[in-house]
Amino acid sequence: MPDVRTPDVEAVFRESYGRAVAVLTRLLGDIDAAEEAVQDAFLTAVQRWPADGVPPSPAGWIVTTARNRAVDRLRRESTRTDRYRAAALLADPGPPPGEGAVRDDRLRMLFTCCHPALAPATRVALTLRLVGGLSTAEIAHAFLVPEATMAQRLVRAKTKIRDARIPYRVPAEADLPDRLAGVLAVVYLVYAEGHTASAGDRLVRTDLCAEAVRLAREVAGLMPDEPEVLGLLALVLLSESRRAARVAPDGSLVPLPEQDRSRWDADLIAEGQELVRRCLRRGAPGPYQVQAAIQAVHSDAATAADTDWRQVLALYDHLLALTPSPVVALNRAVAVAEVDGPAVALALVDALDLPRSHLLPAVRADLLRRLGRDAEAAEAYDAALALAGNARERAFLERRRAELAGAG
Amino acid sequence: MPQYLLSLIQPDGPMPAPEVLGPIMRDVAAVTERMHAAGAWVFSAGLHPAETATVVRPAGEDFLVTDGPYVEAKEHVGGFTIVEAEDLDAALAWGREVARATTLPVEVRPVASPGV
Repeated sequence: MPDVRTPDVEAVFRESYGRAVAVLTRLLGDIDAAEEAVQDAFLTAVQRWPADGVPPSPAGWIVTTARNRAVDRLRRESTRTDRYRAAALLADPGPPPGEGAVRDDRLRMLFTCCHPALAPATRVALTLRLVGGLSTAEIAHAFLVPEATMAQRLVRAKTKIRDARIPYRVPAEADLPDRLAGVLAVVYLVYAEGHTASAGDRLVRTDLCAEAVRLAREVAGLMPDEPEVLGLLALVLLSESRRAARVAPDGSLVPLPEQDRSRWDADLIAEGQELVRRCLRRGAPGPYQVQAAIQAVHSDAATAADTDWRQVLALYDHLLALTPSPVVALNRAVAVAEVDGPAVALALVDALDLPRSHLLPAVRADLLRRLGRDAEAAEAYDAALALAGNARERAFLERRRAELAGAG
Repeated sequence: MPQYLLSLIQPDGPMPAPEVLGPIMRDVAAVTERMHAAGAWVFSAGLHPAETATVVRPAGEDFLVTDGPYVEAKEHVGGFTIVEAEDLDAALAWGREVARATTLPVEVRPVASPGV
């Protein structure tokens, strides 16, 4: 299958691939056939647009052309069922579907890609491909796996969708909260992996962060009435606003208290904070909204010393009640250290069980360092270093360890 | 209408005591009844324990018969139901009902060629 990418068509491709595949999947009842038809249409665009000019509605043109290509293909392949399907498609040529219909198709695609019957990593890859319009090569690159591996993962997923008949449908009201949580988890996973790559030399994978922001905007556009959707968008935007300040010119990690706040993106902060306020007015808090609110408190502080840690701690109390997990408890302990001192926080951290994560020993090391217990801090830094996979995070931990008085 | 195989994954070992098993069997019968009422039921069966299984495999012109089960594991298929369902979500809804009644995991797998 050709991957259509030329400068002329690139922008339209990114904008319209997901839309066109979503519409065609409904018309053809099959994601593979839809992708093939849309690829055909882009191939035609590459041939025609340089001479004929870009049509007034490129996205609509792609859908119409893809539908015609699908009819041609069904006629050529012409088994009896295919001829019926071609006839059915021809009988209903109609104008390109309106915005409302496209929106419905995109929602169907989103929920299909994030169906719980698919493995989480597969949901992420499918969503990036079929909703985000990324190429297989781009997704493979983003997750540091060979392209052939990613291609196979996508093929298997589409085969399961077809053979197990995962429905192309927005879930019923009763199932929506659960299924929506699955969709939001996929967007959050893309952002989390971009924000701190779990492996590799770079701290931040800018491409994945940008993709997560785009997906979060997309999902918020599709479901503007879901507070948690807005909460996730706010969380992603507020985190993204600090990206430039979080990485030093040499690529090393700059922790929040040491960041140059003049380098934070004021537009993203304003947009994120406005979303947090909108969420507050809704009065239906959920985990993403509370996390966004925590980030909004940090964004309010002109300097690290100005941070309203009591507010942060109150929000973490709320978050821990909503999602009692060791990771949340660990982040809450960081806030406790600011409000009640590192000794109180250390007692909380020592009661937590979070195996295989470098985060717990890293927080412990920092608390011990602040308590002047350098020998124990050095041991904790070593424990964190043994578990950290990101080279920039490792460098940060090594630097902190080296700064300890009498560290050996 | 597409069909799905719902396999009940049962831990090996002795059957639960009658006072435990009784209510479970009543719940299972109720689910089967609902499947009949919905026109979804195709076939169902409970199996004897996996240690009663025997494996026959081709060996050249001949066959090799060995003591089963085929896969050594701590859990095996203990029973199954075939249902008709329009898509995976509908099949999973039956799967949830069976899992709730039996308190056991249920594997839901699409049938590729019914009646072959």
